[in-house]
Amino acid sequence: MSGAFLALLRRDLLLAFRRRTELLFPVAFLLVVVSLFPLGIGPGPALLARIAPGVIWIAALLATVISLDGLFRSDYDDGTLEQFILSGHPLTLIVLAKIVAHWLVAGLPLVLLSPLLAIWMNLPMESLGVLIVTLLLGTPILSLIGSIGVGLTLSLKRGGQLLSLLVFPLYVPILILATAAVMAVADGLPYGAFLGLLTAGLVTSVTLAPFAAAAALKISLS
Amino acid sequence: MKTVKPRKNPLVMFIHKLGSPPWFYDFTGKFVPWLWAVFAGLTVWGLYLGLFVAPPDYLQGESYRIMYIHVPAAWMSMMIYVLMAFMGFIALIWRIRTMEIMAMNSAPIGAAFTLIALATGSLWGRPTWGAYWVWDARLTSELVLLFLYLGVIGLYKAMDEPRKAARAASLLALVGLVNLPIIHFSVKWWNTLHQGSSISMTGSKIDPSMLWPLLIMAIAMKFYYGANLITRSRVTLLEQDLRKGWTRGVIGDAAKERKS
Repeated sequence: MSGAFLALLRRDLLLAFRRRTELLFPVAFLLVVVSLFPLGIGPGPALLARIAPGVIWIAALLATVISLDGLFRSDYDDGTLEQFILSGHPLTLIVLAKIVAHWLVAGLPLVLLSPLLAIWMNLPMESLGVLIVTLLLGTPILSLIGSIGVGLTLSLKRGGQLLSLLVFPLYVPILILATAAVMAVADGLPYGAFLGLLTAGLVTSVTLAPFAAAAALKISLS
Repeated sequence: MKTVKPRKNPLVMFIHKLGSPPWFYDFTGKFVPWLWAVFAGLTVWGLYLGLFVAPPDYLQGESYRIMYIHVPAAWMSMMIYVLMAFMGFIALIWRIRTMEIMAMNSAPIGAAFTLIALATGSLWGRPTWGAYWVWDARLTSELVLLFLYLGVIGLYKAMDEPRKAARAASLLALVGLVNLPIIHFSVKWWNTLHQGSSISMTGSKIDPSMLWPLLIMAIAMKFYYGANLITRSRVTLLEQDLRKGWTRGVIGDAAKERKS
């Protein structure tokens, strides 16, 4: 069982690595979106520092949704997904492997890039650590919840446009908790509770989301 | 070999029969006019008591009377979402088509109630808070609820095959149901501008003369939901089964014209 998981993870990472340029799209998107905010609002350091957690997190949400569309797309188009279902391995495990691969390829770069974004947005250095922790805990949740939406919209021609309507409302609690944690550092308030709740969200979504995504895929392929 | 006797339990038989479209159509046709009548009667009574009999509020004056629309609509918007997800759950597991139709027809009604709650809430907010829109927890969670409804409706309408669409949208409604407790807790966490809830389980802080019209309106809205849902579901059944035998007796000549 874990053999299938690791084999699929290796395959997806290898496929992603063969198309290295595409790996840069979500990263470039994140950079462009965040750089638009100082241009649109003005370069005042105090204002930028105040809105920095929200801007970085919203940009991360947008970048995740853009990259999510490719999660099952190529496997759906060439029929590999049907073979996965027929293979006898639990579809939940297969879905989880694909989500992990997606996060390593599209989510982790966002986390690694966050120090640069924090400098751009003039985020205080003591908040940076918490921002990175929230991104580390939060971006996997985005991929996990998003996989349900991708599974449901897979058979639609314009699924990508509907996807944002389906998943953004579900992302609201994560956005609130993550930005509240980073802002609490700036205000000198305790932030442990927010990180604890984010961890609870991560554990819950790792446990439940692959089942829902697998059910969604089966509906889409029926 | 032993033959299995069919179960005679009347309740099981009743639920079993409701899954049959012609039986559902006939059965609901008998009482849906009564639902509409009870709704109309209760609404007239509740609005009369609320708008003319109940005294003005000592703090908010006459403007509080929008509560008789706003509060029942907000209650309905959440109740319908839970019911929709519950019916979707049944539809996903037992694949009952009438249940799929009922779940999917709940979504537009619930979205309409959410929109009414948001609109009346912002109209009420102007005299009480001094602004049409305030980002407080309840308005925000009501807005998120509207987005959840729009997602369910959008997914259902985007797929061509109605049964597959209903199953996909039911799953989405179930996933969204996980969000509802989090919405509830967000209300508790945030310190809001909104006045605290006046009705709680332990006892009410409103005067009975103001409370009764609210409760009557709340019950009237539940009858409205039932009547509207069943009326919509009957039409959806006819639309989907237009080429089946049982609809011929129902719509008669109209079906023949569409067929030719």
